[in-house]
Amino acid sequence: MSRNLILGAALSSLVVLAALLSFVWTPYDHAALNIPAKLQTPGAQHWFGTDHFGRDMFSMIMVGARTSIAVALLAVGIGMSLGVPLGLTAAARKGSWLDELIMRGNDLVFAFPSLVIAILITAVFGAGAVNAIIAIGIFNIPVFARITRGAALSLWEREFIMAARVAGKGAARISAEHILPNVANLLIVQGTIQFSLGILAEAGLSYVGLGAQPPTPSWGRMLADAQTMVSFAPHLALIPGVAIILTVLGLNLMGDGLRDLLDPRIRVART
Amino acid sequence: MSLLRIDDLSLSIHGFDILKGVNLIIEPGEIVAVTGESGSGKSMTALAVMQLLPDGARTSGSIRLDGQEILTLPETRMCALRGAAVGMVFQEPMTALNPVKTIGDQVMETILIHKAMPPDQAEDRAREVLTRVGLPPDRFPLSRYPHELSGGQRQRVVIAMAIALRPKLLIADEPTTALDVTTQAQILDLLKGLVDEYGMGMLMITHDLAVVADMADHITVMRHGEVVEAAPTPQLLAGMKHPYTKMLFAASEHQVTLPEPLGQEPLLAVANVVRDYPLPRTRLFARPGQHRAVDHVSFTLHRGERLGLVGESGCGKSTLTRAILGLEPVQDGHILLDGQPVYTGNRPNLAVRRRMQVVFQDPYGSFNPRHRVDRLVTEPFFLLEKPPTGTERRDRIAEMLTAVGLSPDDAGKYIHEFSGGQRQRIAIARALITRPQLILFDEAVSALDVSVRAQILDLLAELCAAYDLTYLFISHDLSVVRTITDRVMVMQAGRIVEQGETEQVFSDPQHPYTEALIAAAPRLPRRRPMVAR
Amino acid sequence: MLRYSLKRALSLVLSLAVASLVIFAVIEVAPGDPASFMLGVNAQEDTLAALRAELGLDVSKTERYFTWVAGMLQGDFGVSYTYRTPVSKMVADRMWVSLPLALYALALSTAIAFPAGIYAASRRGKAGDVAVMGATQLGVAVPNFWFAMMLVLVFAINLRWFNAGGFAGWDKGIWAGLHSLTLPAVALALPQAAILARVMRSALLDILGEDFMRTARAKGLTRRQALWRHGVRNALIPVLTIIGLQFSFLLAGSIIIEQVFYLPGLGRLVFQSISSRDLIVVESVVMLLVFAVIMVNFLVDLAYAAVDPRLRSRT
Repeated sequence: MSRNLILGAALSSLVVLAALLSFVWTPYDHAALNIPAKLQTPGAQHWFGTDHFGRDMFSMIMVGARTSIAVALLAVGIGMSLGVPLGLTAAARKGSWLDELIMRGNDLVFAFPSLVIAILITAVFGAGAVNAIIAIGIFNIPVFARITRGAALSLWEREFIMAARVAGKGAARISAEHILPNVANLLIVQGTIQFSLGILAEAGLSYVGLGAQPPTPSWGRMLADAQTMVSFAPHLALIPGVAIILTVLGLNLMGDGLRDLLDPRIRVART
Repeated sequence: MSLLRIDDLSLSIHGFDILKGVNLIIEPGEIVAVTGESGSGKSMTALAVMQLLPDGARTSGSIRLDGQEILTLPETRMCALRGAAVGMVFQEPMTALNPVKTIGDQVMETILIHKAMPPDQAEDRAREVLTRVGLPPDRFPLSRYPHELSGGQRQRVVIAMAIALRPKLLIADEPTTALDVTTQAQILDLLKGLVDEYGMGMLMITHDLAVVADMADHITVMRHGEVVEAAPTPQLLAGMKHPYTKMLFAASEHQVTLPEPLGQEPLLAVANVVRDYPLPRTRLFARPGQHRAVDHVSFTLHRGERLGLVGESGCGKSTLTRAILGLEPVQDGHILLDGQPVYTGNRPNLAVRRRMQVVFQDPYGSFNPRHRVDRLVTEPFFLLEKPPTGTERRDRIAEMLTAVGLSPDDAGKYIHEFSGGQRQRIAIARALITRPQLILFDEAVSALDVSVRAQILDLLAELCAAYDLTYLFISHDLSVVRTITDRVMVMQAGRIVEQGETEQVFSDPQHPYTEALIAAAPRLPRRRPMVAR
Repeated sequence: MLRYSLKRALSLVLSLAVASLVIFAVIEVAPGDPASFMLGVNAQEDTLAALRAELGLDVSKTERYFTWVAGMLQGDFGVSYTYRTPVSKMVADRMWVSLPLALYALALSTAIAFPAGIYAASRRGKAGDVAVMGATQLGVAVPNFWFAMMLVLVFAINLRWFNAGGFAGWDKGIWAGLHSLTLPAVALALPQAAILARVMRSALLDILGEDFMRTARAKGLTRRQALWRHGVRNALIPVLTIIGLQFSFLLAGSIIIEQVFYLPGLGRLVFQSISSRDLIVVESVVMLLVFAVIMVNFLVDLAYAAVDPRLRSRT
């Protein structure tokens, strides 16, 4: 196992553990206002200090991790569960109108950055964390469809797929039995990368108010709140920022490490 | 002073020994061939002379070009030698040229990079060498891109690049392995002509002993990084000393004895089959054109008969194979196995499919790397209405693995634990397990080393006796087809131009194309029996 | 070449048509009655009727769609409900902030990424490569809007080299405008440059393993000459794809970054419109963003053909 993988897995599990722990324990109630204790710098009492309402930053970071992980994970789930079957289908019917339709559809979705999807949804249905999940999830669909199709196409050229066809197996069975297991590594690696991109996207959306709404804490909104106070309380901006960076860095390192471990030839799509 | 003198060359890459004490001498105007099976280190020897070894390579010994030691030469001086004093031609013409630069630019680059002449003269020289290699600029302008040329033409461009500055030494690493026989013959002629004309020395790396015997003045045989035997060609052919050399030559003209073919009951009937592919759309609103890959092909394969199908790449033999397997529909004609169509409506006919199996060329790509051997060889059971289970399944697997010369214990292993030859045995076991009436061998021994190929051919002959096999053997290799089939068909541009008894067709070809194919295929000279002194 | 361009152009028009349908469906069909959505629950019946008439809601949906598209083709995006001004005018003003910002960032990102990627590939495995890769690994993880806040803290609040926010406008000269867009562009560009540098490096390393690179070395080119003469142009093919995709990220990213720097761009406009439920403006801005992305992808397709002769001669 590479250093990347160990460091990445350690960072990622630290964040996941903090998020899980927040369900049963946080140093303070993350929503409890304590105006007299507002804007404290990090110290023994409040490890990460307090915000302008005197809320404990450490507790907010822990609970905020929950939001980030939930949104990013569900978005990867949406992207994989729709994108992978689409990619497999397109590859199995290479060159047909169905393939063409799926790929054109993909291109079309690529023309809608997740922010634009979030704007559309929010304008009509109002803001919320669900928007962020749907917006990022929709954007993940073509990512997974495209890499699945690409990998599946090269597998379909291989002779063991021919052998399976000669054994009378249909496209669906071959996709499930031979193609999917051989693209699984690629999907695991790409899934990790999309997970980290999801964390970043969620932070951006909640920063501009298109993601999780109060009182649900989220790192992006903590940054939005910190913006006006950055000159006199920079820790309010620094801490959530570093939390995001470490989480994303951890996931990326884990993705790279997994790729080296599973199959160094895997090329991830990173945008 | 010799042109090239390699003394006691050893090479290791990341600690693995690749070459051990190799010696080799090339005189000006001489063709020296280095031959051997995969893993013999023959290509690495060539790359060592060019000093284009992979990262992590360590060399010892001496390589002297015109008296100058190469191994200790600084990289900048080496760059000045490459392309100017030594030229190199590679195996894969399809990928050896930069796809985004014109052939003129690429040939001129050799000249310009060495500042050998000003650009306008360089362009004249590029025209001149391209003409010399058979690509006159009036038919092949310098502005052509590699993708606009065929494989043989691209190899000519690569040769033009290598000889543009009249190097003293030309290194050719399997220069014709990726080419068809007729193209191969032309390229070999070209290389030979260049050596004569320019008085170059040539180091030729090839696994093909017939090419070696035909071209070389001097032969060096390698195995596992060591030179096992080296001698002038006539001497070596007349009296091989090392058992490995003898085995290698024997294996490359290996003959098998097939049992007498059975009766004349038709099994596979192919009648007037046409297979068209739509060409990519060239105009937006016009119907795309058609490419006729198989053009009114008809033949009958009888039960117990071994039929060969030979032809060069692109002649339609793979397309025909897929049509017979019922993997693709045909546009006209019909294919019947035992009277039943292989493709009905718009889907393959499974009742017929279960009576056919296939063995492919690539022993590495034919198996799902994630499955064990037992699952791999039983994949055709999927075709059966009642696939055997439990003990019966185990017994069938064991029987088949034994029949192809493996052990029943191999059933639990993964495919990466086997060598290329063993994998091909597993592929044959997979094809035989349902006891099909017909097996298609699609270039099934083409990717194997000669010694392994000889063993697989023996295995096929044994299986013919044991299981009364009926097969269609598709190959570009005439010598293999000659020994492993009873009857043969020759295919050219989608049509069968000649068919008949194998021996008859080979000894007395009727069609000019068959004649050309046989003439182009390099042959080992008939060796005189060794005379005791 | 011409045929290829025409084919791409046809697919451009098709994509725009489908995209406009999707946007129309979400904005004008999904909320039920857009007029009552825009006015809220307490609207008077006569104001509602007036707005319906103004929005042209009294005709069929199909007719409305075609009226909308026909209007856009003539540069008429309708009239903002809240501002009572033509949307085209509002959008055009804002466009002059968002588009230059995205292009500025794209230029910066490419200018940083190309040398960094080529440098890392040519020093594969050596200290220089490790350093560049480490820096890009970090760069990929940084949220651009947070980075923007840090830039403000350092370069505007502490060093006072730049203004913390606001836009000088182009009428004061191109340099004044660029100056106020510099911090936002750097914030946008650096994380994207990190991604692009990684792509450039891995594309080059792929190319270095190709047979034709060995052929080039056999001709007497040094490693560096082979990399520059044969590697870079071939590596551009995958890199162009990423540059095309990055433009849409930069455009979307600029909407977020505008919030940090209080820039009067499309982002500000669209968020104000969301809160005032001005669907007409939201619809136009979204259509414009999607149009820009599709257009850039079309240009990337044309650039492919310029780089790769195989595409020119095919279809």
